[in-house]
Amino acid sequence: MILEVREMRMQFGGLLAVDRLNLALKQGELVGLIGPNGAGKTTVFNVITGVYAPTRGTITLEGKDITGMRPDLITRMGIARTFQNIRLFSRMSVIENVLVSLHWRLRSGVFDAILQTRKYRDEEAEMRAKAMDLLARVNLDSVADLPAGSLPYGSQRRLEICRALATEPKVLLLDEPAAGMNPAESIELMKFIQKIRDEFGLTILLIEHQMRVVMGISERIVVLDHGVVIAEGTPREVSRNPRVIEAYLGVEQHA
Amino acid sequence: MQLSMFFQHLANAVSLGSLYALVAIGYTMVYGILRLINFAHGDLLMVAAYIVYYGRGMFHLPWPVSIVLAVALTSGTGIIVERAAYRPLRNSPRTTILISAIGVSFLVENLGLVVFGGRPQSFPLPAMFDSGSAKEIAGVRVENITFVIPAVTLLLLLALLHIVHRTKVGMAMRAVARDFDTAGLMGIDVNRIIAVTFAIGSALAAVGGIMWAMKFPQINPLMGMMPGMKCFIAAVFGGIGNILGAVIGGFLLGVAEIMIVAFLPSISGYRDAFAFVILIGTLLLRPTGLLGEKVAEKV
Repeated sequence: MILEVREMRMQFGGLLAVDRLNLALKQGELVGLIGPNGAGKTTVFNVITGVYAPTRGTITLEGKDITGMRPDLITRMGIARTFQNIRLFSRMSVIENVLVSLHWRLRSGVFDAILQTRKYRDEEAEMRAKAMDLLARVNLDSVADLPAGSLPYGSQRRLEICRALATEPKVLLLDEPAAGMNPAESIELMKFIQKIRDEFGLTILLIEHQMRVVMGISERIVVLDHGVVIAEGTPREVSRNPRVIEAYLGVEQHA
Repeated sequence: MQLSMFFQHLANAVSLGSLYALVAIGYTMVYGILRLINFAHGDLLMVAAYIVYYGRGMFHLPWPVSIVLAVALTSGTGIIVERAAYRPLRNSPRTTILISAIGVSFLVENLGLVVFGGRPQSFPLPAMFDSGSAKEIAGVRVENITFVIPAVTLLLLLALLHIVHRTKVGMAMRAVARDFDTAGLMGIDVNRIIAVTFAIGSALAAVGGIMWAMKFPQINPLMGMMPGMKCFIAAVFGGIGNILGAVIGGFLLGVAEIMIVAFLPSISGYRDAFAFVILIGTLLLRPTGLLGEKVAEKV
């Protein structure tokens, strides 16, 4: 198991957002985390990435306990994420958004930068090359110097994924990457996600609100409702589970 | 008014404006990153001035050593203030951390009174800046420090802009200023970047404080209060959160202040009140300041 969440509970005052969550991701797996609005999906991401410390339970990455660690340290250990509402550094350029994520790897300090030492310039050039390479792999190299906020919506989504990839994650958490996309765009994005999973050897946990979108690419689906897991299994199993249909698909059928 | 008098005032205005600009940068940098007015910032001027005063007077350190020491220690003071008084409150309501900042300011001022004594001290001047060094240019007597202040300010401003826009640390600072949580999730050590921001802002305040003491060579533990308030106003006037805005705001405020005294001597008693009129005017007419833009609430 590369990522393992055990008996996790997240409570905000009187609100129990997630309870008794168990989740285990195998290396290279693509798992969908689905559930109706307010089911606690994003909270799960926030706990795994260290934005919140869980009220109870543990999270381990490759066997190492990362429960309650600072977000930047968890990122450095190999978990990266994207956001449901795009959170790029919109006034910085596209390439700078990627460079920010490469930033912590640098060895030269402030003084190297001020004095423009050779070490600094070499490293700088190397990082830019690396960032350009990543951008090329998501087809954004031609807009590298534009402000991130000026890109069309779909490109901003890809840039967010690219920025997450720049931290060289082992596990990538994608929070509703297809939100706001039409069916054709969603399908294209799902193909893109599969592609980067294979190219970068990632393990992916993918939040999606619409079940249909993840059906096609997830090997396994976990269904969350009101903070608890109500079903787990292959897409086929999950879609036939009466509890899921009741909690989730049932609502959608009547809608 | 004679032309020579005008130039005299102009030279004064430029150097006062530069001083304000230098100190205003610190307010704006901290605001940009924490959305906090660091009311203790002005008191760092006093801290730096006293360190030089004691470094020269008590320990007979050479000038460069006492200046470097003062900048380093003041920078450290800024880091300690953030660590002790702001970081533990980072997730508290903004009013709480603001009140903490006011508390730190009173604490530093009163510690100054206890440690240094309330009696004003005359600040030692290096030979190149003492009263005999003033130059006569076209009938205008201008002290050397009047030229040095704008030059030093310009140099530091260029260095700062270089750091912010051309280095990795600066990029991280901009990212943290934009969105703390996301920056952390991209692997940036947010606490370290905030500490660096305080260190840089405080170092600029230290240089400002030392030059202030050289220009007005009488120091006391409350000397940072009024310049601190004015530079805060300058930062708001220029558009808080924006470095160039702070510089322009500080510069304009200094120039306007001197010119009011020069052209309207009858109201020169209200010199200090003028800054606050600007503050009220800015908040009423253009709350985002000259170069400011609407920023989303940071949650």
